[in-house]
Amino acid sequence: MQQIAQQLIYGIQLGSLYALIALGYTMVYGVLRLINFAHGDVYMVGAFVGFYACTRWLPFKDLAAHPEAAGANIALAVVALLLAMAICSAMGVLIERFAYRPLRNGLQKADAHFWGLVLGFPITGLFMPVFSGWGPLVAVAVGMGVGFAMRPLVAWLARRVKLSESRLNALITAIGVSLLLENGGLLVFGANPNFIPNILPEHTYTLPGGVMVGSSQLTILGVSVFLMLALRYIVMYTRPGKAMRAISHDIEAAKLMGIDTDRVIAFTFALGGALAGAGGAMVAALTHVKITPLFGLLPGLKAFVAAVLGGAGSLPGAMVGGLLMGSAESFVAGSSLSMFRDAIAFCVLIIILLVRPAGLMGRHVPEKV
Amino acid sequence: MRWLALRTVTVVGCIAALAVVSKLLSANLDTYVFLVVIQCGVAMTLAGSLNLINGITGQFSIGHAGFYAVGAYVGAAWTVLWQPIAVRYLPLLHLGTPLGDTLTLLIAIVVGAAAAAVAGVVVGLPSLRLRGDYLAIVTLGFGEVIRVVILNIDAVGGARGLTGIPTLVGSGDLAFFWVFGLVVAVVALSRNLMRTTRGLTWLAVREDEIAADAMGVDTTRVKVTAFVVGSAFAGVAGVLYAHYFTSISPDVFGMDMSIIITTMVVLGGTGSVSGSLLAAIVLTALPEFLRFMQDYRMVIFSTMLVVVMLTRPQGMFGHGEISFATFRRLLGRRRAGGAKP
Amino acid sequence: MSLLELRGVTRRFGGLAAVSDITAHVDTGELVGLIGPNGAGKTTLFNLLTGVYAPSEGAVLFDGKDTRGLRPCRIAALGIARTFQNIRLFRELTALQNVKVAVNLRARSSLFSAMVDTMAQRADDARLDGLARECLTAMGLEQVADTRSCDLPYGLQRRLEISRALATRPRLLLLDEPAAGMNPFEKQDLMQLIRTIQTTFDVTVLLIEHDMKVVMGICERIYVLDYGQLIAEGAPAEIRANPKVIAAYLGEETD
Ligand SMILES: Nc1ncnc2c1ncn2[C@@H]1O[C@H](COP(=O)(O)OP(=O)(O)OP(=O)(O)O)[C@@H](O)[C@H]1O
Ligand SMILES: [Mg+2]
Repeated sequence: MQQIAQQLIYGIQLGSLYALIALGYTMVYGVLRLINFAHGDVYMVGAFVGFYACTRWLPFKDLAAHPEAAGANIALAVVALLLAMAICSAMGVLIERFAYRPLRNGLQKADAHFWGLVLGFPITGLFMPVFSGWGPLVAVAVGMGVGFAMRPLVAWLARRVKLSESRLNALITAIGVSLLLENGGLLVFGANPNFIPNILPEHTYTLPGGVMVGSSQLTILGVSVFLMLALRYIVMYTRPGKAMRAISHDIEAAKLMGIDTDRVIAFTFALGGALAGAGGAMVAALTHVKITPLFGLLPGLKAFVAAVLGGAGSLPGAMVGGLLMGSAESFVAGSSLSMFRDAIAFCVLIIILLVRPAGLMGRHVPEKV
Repeated sequence: MRWLALRTVTVVGCIAALAVVSKLLSANLDTYVFLVVIQCGVAMTLAGSLNLINGITGQFSIGHAGFYAVGAYVGAAWTVLWQPIAVRYLPLLHLGTPLGDTLTLLIAIVVGAAAAAVAGVVVGLPSLRLRGDYLAIVTLGFGEVIRVVILNIDAVGGARGLTGIPTLVGSGDLAFFWVFGLVVAVVALSRNLMRTTRGLTWLAVREDEIAADAMGVDTTRVKVTAFVVGSAFAGVAGVLYAHYFTSISPDVFGMDMSIIITTMVVLGGTGSVSGSLLAAIVLTALPEFLRFMQDYRMVIFSTMLVVVMLTRPQGMFGHGEISFATFRRLLGRRRAGGAKP
Repeated sequence: MSLLELRGVTRRFGGLAAVSDITAHVDTGELVGLIGPNGAGKTTLFNLLTGVYAPSEGAVLFDGKDTRGLRPCRIAALGIARTFQNIRLFRELTALQNVKVAVNLRARSSLFSAMVDTMAQRADDARLDGLARECLTAMGLEQVADTRSCDLPYGLQRRLEISRALATRPRLLLLDEPAAGMNPFEKQDLMQLIRTIQTTFDVTVLLIEHDMKVVMGICERIYVLDYGQLIAEGAPAEIRANPKVIAAYLGEETD
């Protein structure tokens, strides 16, 4: 009994993280009908921002040496959280602007230039040994130069873009962005796992029945719930939120009603990015997991499954799906089937989708004939 | 009668040509290059078979590595675990003799294909209820589940992988012959499907399921058949892979493999057989020959992927095929362009 | 016995009864019209007949056989073919290929023989090719056989839909606003054509059409739907004089 309660608590903590990420998936799916595969990697970036904020950028003090710094550290942690949210939000917008918008509106000159620049850097990197003696500034300058040289190439490729309705096409683009973030992350952050030392005070509370709850678990749960409530407020009661809902209902009609859909879509990505960033930063700072550039892949996938489980496009669905997913995983991890831990997500998904093809809370809209 | 003669000539001709090419290549190519060529062949089969499901029938299946894994593991399990038992009752199967080797391999192919086909039915069934992205994610999930299950079966080595598979296809011309024979089979089947009236029903399911249904196309059957045939071919590719490389491990068949196979089909142009095959060659050979780029390889690769998707959303060839007509058209355009002042 | 019989057919979407308690019949060889204002439930009725939707209540009998629970492809095999109001051609396929998809219902060779390209299959394919071209010619489309259907002009797309439906060799042909968007001359042409194919293909036709003049001119009998209910049935002259029909079309209250 105690064991079950313990696992439930772990499941809820895990589930609230999945829910945070799942919300990003579900919002984007709602407005664009696109699986933003790169979302899990935005979460990874959030974790890295958290990591760098806690170890380099912000003057955190090691609690083991300075126990009196707890208060200051907590204040700094909030700053780190906000920082991660801001950076991930910007990343979401960037991804939308340069990878997904061209899918909808066609590739513009600016997009071609952007991708030319992106392509220029790794190509320069190849020749790194050649200018390694010249210092990083020269390398960056050369990278920019090569990038500018690549622009016409991309522009030439883009000279006759036929817009494609294919969803598979959009999916592959999203997968490409995800691969880019992961491999770019491997280049920038390196492949070695990173840990964050103890910087926040850690209490363990014992509930009646001997169930233990850590303060970090409570923090994750609390912050997640707060963010979800804030999101709900934004989506239900603010203008951009209402516009989001209008778009997810019918994007063409929303356009005709004068809604600047591109801006609202960017806003959606910003919201999703912020939530994922918060999740990543909390995981980095509070759970002492190993952070690697590939570490967004699995949670991202599971969160996506959670979103589908709840019914893609449905916000409450994503929350419920996340909690369900977290609990299921925690119970399986604690049972004799623990080696199937990573497969359980998909088993649950397959079973539920076969019973309810639109997810738990999704509306099944039959095609009009 | 003329038809029979023609067909015999084609088949025999194909076999002879394959045999000659395999002799030539295995004798003249560098061992490493030859290995890449074999890998290209396996990838071509995978792309071609996924194209049957994804390109021709339009079902969003993106977990193809699962079928590949099932074929490889079941085929290898037969050769490693069950064949030694069977040989006691059937001395014909004795390994080391050409007959025994071939028979064992053929049985491995049949078993692998059958197992993958069964997996195909299991994965194909959701396609009857699910559409688009939902189906995609379920197929991806099935692939993952298959991998995790294999990971936990100790008899086939679990995470360590299965090693010591007898190399029934050798490492030279015989391997080439088998692998590219399979490629030819996939291509022939796809071509026949696209050209016959029967095969059009598959394209119809891709274009508009409701209309196809109303015109008397049994969409359920078409979809499940596509999954069965596509996954059986992937299974055979797995069997050949296992018996060429002599060891397999679950991480070869992970999600990234699935994604790469899907990318081949999309890059080639969904529905275009030749496009898929060409993309398979490019995506297999390019990373090998870019090895000197090390860390930058994957970044460049993924950026290129996005750029290609944004600049040529319909893939390299759209629904079209590369044929002599394509070249003629290209040349024609060049000439017409050159005529302008 | 009627070719098609509807017995108290009802279909609800949530609270809305798109089609409610309709009892009607179509006899062999007839050309029956189905009219009604927008949203009356005409297309929904077609969907019920072809198995796209299942009736909430009631039964559809085709040739005395209850079609309940049959999938659309089975119903098509029984001999009901249709066109779609919002054109649903196989866009990337040529006109001929579109028709060939439907002609498969009359194929004799198996899928396997198609995959390995056997001799029997080739002979069968040649036969099917002939059947398909016959259907194209009947609708005057032989010139555009090799044009991709999405590249065809709108009027020809509508014709191709009919041609494709004919290729299944139906006994009952359901046409959902085949003349929508055409000018009066084109409409007249099309109606003439429909009459012709009705005799040459020996098919019974149920036709949805908004243009009263056209319907009255061609149909032998007419059903009128309004808000899902059958409000009138009869010969064109009776329908024209029916106050309920006039009210439904003019949007007035009936007394
Ligand atoms: N799948 C569905 N789900 C919900 N409501 C539906 C569905 N299909 C039809 N309806 C509703 O049923 C009613 C009848 O629609 P239907 O398309 O049959 O009308 P119609 O007579 O064909 O009209 P029109 O002349 O405009 O084609 C409409 O109110 C429509 O909104
Ligand atoms: Mg209608």
